[in-house]
This record gives sequence, structure tokens and C-alpha cells, in this order.
Amino acid sequence: MSEQDPTKIPVAAAGEPQRTDPRTFLVRAVSMLGQLALPIGIALFSIFRKGEVADKALLFLPFVLILVGINFGIAYLRWLRLTYTTGKEDIRVESGIVSRAARSVPYERIQDVSLEQKFLPRLFGLVEVKFETGAGGAEDLKLAYLTEAQGEALRLLIRERREEEAAEVAARPAADAAQVPADEPAEVLFSMDAGRLTTFGLFEFSLAVFAVIGGAFQYAESIAGIELWDPDLWLGLAESQQGWIAGLGPMLQVISAIAGIIALVVVGSVTGLVRTYLRDWGFVLEKTVRGFRRRRGLFTRTDVVMPVHRVQAIELGTGLVRYRFGWHELKFTSLAQDAGQSSHVVAPFAKMEEIAPIIRAAGFAPPSEDLDWHLASRKYRLDSALLEGGVFALLAIPVAIFAPLPFVLVPLGLAAFFAGANLYAWQFHRHALSATQIFARRGLLSPRTQIASRVKLHSVEIEQGPIARRRGYATLHLGLAGGKFSISGLPLEQAVELRAAILDSIAAKDFSRLGG
Amino acid sequence: MDENTPATPVAPPELAPPSTPAIGGHGDEQELTKLHPNYVWALRVETTLVSIPFIVGALVLETSAILPPAVIITPVALAALLLILRFPARRFFARGYAMSTDRLRVVRGLMLRHDTVVPFGRVQHIDVSQNPIERFFSIATLTLHTAGTHNASVKLPGLGEQLARDMREEIRSHIKRESL
Repeated sequence: MSEQDPTKIPVAAAGEPQRTDPRTFLVRAVSMLGQLALPIGIALFSIFRKGEVADKALLFLPFVLILVGINFGIAYLRWLRLTYTTGKEDIRVESGIVSRAARSVPYERIQDVSLEQKFLPRLFGLVEVKFETGAGGAEDLKLAYLTEAQGEALRLLIRERREEEAAEVAARPAADAAQVPADEPAEVLFSMDAGRLTTFGLFEFSLAVFAVIGGAFQYAESIAGIELWDPDLWLGLAESQQGWIAGLGPMLQVISAIAGIIALVVVGSVTGLVRTYLRDWGFVLEKTVRGFRRRRGLFTRTDVVMPVHRVQAIELGTGLVRYRFGWHELKFTSLAQDAGQSSHVVAPFAKMEEIAPIIRAAGFAPPSEDLDWHLASRKYRLDSALLEGGVFALLAIPVAIFAPLPFVLVPLGLAAFFAGANLYAWQFHRHALSATQIFARRGLLSPRTQIASRVKLHSVEIEQGPIARRRGYATLHLGLAGGKFSISGLPLEQAVELRAAILDSIAAKDFSRLGG
Repeated sequence: MDENTPATPVAPPELAPPSTPAIGGHGDEQELTKLHPNYVWALRVETTLVSIPFIVGALVLETSAILPPAVIITPVALAALLLILRFPARRFFARGYAMSTDRLRVVRGLMLRHDTVVPFGRVQHIDVSQNPIERFFSIATLTLHTAGTHNASVKLPGLGEQLARDMREEIRSHIKRESL
């Protein structure tokens, strides 16, 4: 990660308040300038448009300078007033210019320490250190920014302290704690090279860029005075284009249509590739003594460590097209947040034979065909087909009244399609219970499998709507920490049986012995 | 405690929830315990309070005479009466709970039936709460908090005030015993 050896950087003696790296102020100032540039630009633009040029801009300049100055001042004060202390039992962060806030987190409550490098701090060699306590994303303690070496040393220190806490050893000088070698033996479970990333990127085909362009246009509308929703503009444009296209002759029309489609495909693929490269460049998943460690990102590099016992459940997903080529995605469900998502992606694009060892490393067993798989209730199959088809069949009524006759076929066709799809998908909707785990799988075109450990569940609920009650099936909701797990369409007696079995495994082990 | 000592119950008699025989097993065949009868009345008062703004609104519309007389107030008043008199009783009969040695089962819902079981070993913390109406009827709500995302807090309203406290102590003692 860095040229410096983290073991040589003292974290400072325990109990001594420290500031974050002084360059934090620089990073904040630069990013603030970036944020200011746009509004200032817009303001200048509108002034220039009004025709009065240089003299007004000169009048404007001192205000800009004062604004920038104030922002810099605040950034500096905030840096000055933010200190952190690594004490014997906890880490404390005090912050705030006028109203002070002090937060203390005991070491034993810190579940993970993750390091994140956004693009700008990365240029300065700084990291943001995040202490995850499982209190939910926003409430976690963050320290921005420390040098890479300091961050690594802090991570080591906290691990040390947690272990010490268990043994109740008096706190040693932190410099000692940092003597632990930074590179522990790590086994690489999964990594993606450029070739794999490229394949992955192509499957991540996305036309989102058009939405972005649309948004940008809307933004530009207010500045440049283009009336995006003015029909005249588009009518005029379409007319001029129509004339132009009509003038080309049928052959060229076909060619230009094909060219348009090719352009769409190229833009979509490039978007997918760029997004994938940005997010997953240098993806490495390792298993170290303290758990899984995942590093990824091209500009924003993240480094997340998750202890093995904190994996609550496993989610296996795939996509419509990539499934045909045997590609799958593996996620771990845990209490910690990962970029706003509750699950950690540990293998975004992998073959089944690559995924199975990762599942085993997390202490789970991959799903297999020799499990005792059960299908959903047949009545549920019929009801869901009728319900999904029925919505479109109902839609056919207004269409039949208000639209020309042939259009009725569209909702009716959709009704038939969805009813049929539901009838067919039923055989892929299944669940199984093993001695230690529960498996649920659903989905016809892109199946999704969830695996949860029976003892790591927190409650079991049987839910029945009015139809389900009459027809004798139910939905089973399992209380999973950090995620949702439910199985729908279970025959009632099976739901009751499953609940009894799961509850017996839960009751056999207390929460405090789950280890985190 | 040896064989000769008269069998003192672990908890004082008045602390043991009288209506919740703690039995073993997974409790699916255990009969559900009904809530405190005052719960119906508390629900009625709550519904009445909620319906007052609607009645007032309907009366105001009525006086403005947009529509023929009694077209607005009649359905609103009938709906309110139904909600106040009929529904609380039905909800009361749809609810119930069962407590066994290591888990609490809570059943609720008229249309959408929920049948939830929380093992004591997974309870993070317990609340006993009373809003003013509940306090007037001397009933309370017992809330069990778990770490799961679904059913993060399981509520059991309409328990007798003392019973709710006793159940809390009972569940707490189980948590402690099991984690030791």
C-alpha cells in the first residue's frame, strides 16, 4: 500500500490526543474548491450573459475570495479541533468548532476497521479509517484522513487492544503494539485480472449514461436557456431530421438505424466497462487470520476486513445473460455496511467452482442437489399465476374500451405470459433444510440462492394473508441480522415444521455465544 | 436446596405470570393466551381519538352544504362506529401469545396473520411501555428487541401492567441464565 513500513510509525503513546494528518486540510480545501467552482461559474456565466462584462466580474471577485477564505478557515479550524485519543480501553474522537462532540468507542465493540482511499486523498497518500461497530452505517466512527502507514498502524493497534482486552493485560505503549508484522500470511481466495474484469464489464452493459446526459441537459436548461420541455424545439428538430432522413432513401435509412443501434451497444458496453473498472480494479479477496480481507477500486481504493464469524448469511446471485454463461455473484450478509449496501460483495463475477471454496471458507456449505429440496405449495403456484396474470387481464378492460381492438391483445398476451412464467418458475422456487443451514432459491431466468446458518437467526415468523389462509400456505420470515430472508408459498404444515426445527437450533445456542 | 426443604418456587408466587404456564417444547401446540380485556377498551379509545378529526371534517363539509344533507356525515359516522365498536373486539380475538420455557410466541392480525416466535436467547433488550391510554386502563406493551432486520422489535400490547413487568423479569432471567 505504501513505501513506508507501518511498523516504524509510532501511533503515539496511549492517552495523548492527536490530530489527523495536516494534509487533511489540503484535501478538504481542494475538494471544496471543486464544489465551489460550479456555482461560481454559473454565477459568472449569468452575469456575462446579461451583457455587462468585466467591471461587474471585478466587483464579484472580492466576494468569491472572501467565500473561499471563509471556507478555508472553517476547514482549517475543523482540522485543528478534531483530535483522537487511543486510550487503554477505547478510542475517543473529539470534534466540533463551536459545539464540541466527543465520541468514545470501546475497543471490544469495534468489529472491523476498514480503510478507504478516495481519489483525492490517494494523491496525497492519505486514508480514511472507519471503525465499524455494527451500530448502523451513519453512526460509525470515522477518522479522515491519516497517512496510509498511520491507518495501518491504527488498525493493528486496535486488533492488538481487542486481544489484550480479552486477556486483561495492561495497555502497552502503542509503538510496541505496532510491532506486529503488517503482512500476515494471507491466502488469496479470489481475484480478478484485467481479462476477467473486461468480461465482467461487458455483462454490466448499462444505458445509465443516457439518464445522466438527460439530467445534465435539465441542469444546462436553466443555465443555457434551452427549453428542454418545449415541444417546438423537438418538433423543429424532428422535422429537420425527418426531412434529412427521408432524403436518404430506404437503404441509407436502414443503415443509419443499424448504426444507431451499434452506437447504443457501444455506449452501453463502454459505460459498463468503465464503471466496472472503476469499482473492481485489482479485486482481491484474501483470507487472513482475522477474517476476510477485500481490496478493490481504481481511484477510490477500499480495504475491508470482515471476521469470519460475522458472516450471517450468504447470497448467490446472477444476471439474466451471465447466468447462461455460468457466471455468478457471491455476497456475504453481515451487520456492517458496504458502500450503502448491507451485503458485502466477495466475488462479483465468478464461476461456481471458484465460489464454492469461498463459501466453505466462511464456514458454510454450498448448496448441492442431494439436499432434501422442497417445492412451494401447488396452490401457491396457481394463485400467484392467477394474480400476476389477472393484473394484466384487468388492464385489458380499459384498453378494450378506449383503444382500437387489436391493442387488447397486448395486455392479454402479457397476462398469458406472466401466468405461464409463474406456472413454469414454480419448479425453481424451492428450499431445503440441512443440519446447520437453511437454503432458499427462487427465480427462473436469474436464480438467487440464500443460505443462512440456523443458529444465527433471531426470530421466526409465519405470515398469512387472506388468500394464503384460505388456501393453506404461508410465508416464512427469518430474522436475519443485516438482511432479509423469507420463503413464500410454503404449505402451512411445512412452515410450522421448519419453524420448530429452526427454533430448536436457535434455542440451543445463546446469542452471546455466537461470537459477535 | 435439598429434598427436605419445602419446594420454594424460584420466583415469588406473585411474580410468576399466572396466566402463562411456562412449558417446554416448541410450543406450537400450546394454547394461546388471550390479552387483558381492557385492551379492547384501550383500542376503542384510540380509534375514537383518531376518528374525531374525520368526524369534525365531515361536519364542516356538511355545514357548507355542497352535497344534499347527510350524504357525507352518515357514511363517515357509520364507518367510525364500525371501527370503534366492532374492530377492536375482532382484533382482540385475533391476538394472543404463548410463553414457553425458552421462547415467546406472538400472534396478531385480522387480514394478514402474523405468527412470530422469538427465542429468549436472541433477545437484545426488553421494553415495557405505557402510553396515557394504556396507563388509564392499567395495561402495558411488552417489546422484545432482536438483532434481526426483520422483526427487529416484536410488540405485544394489551398485557396487564403487572403481567408485562413479570414477563419482562421472566424473560430477562432466562437471558442471564443462558448466557452464563
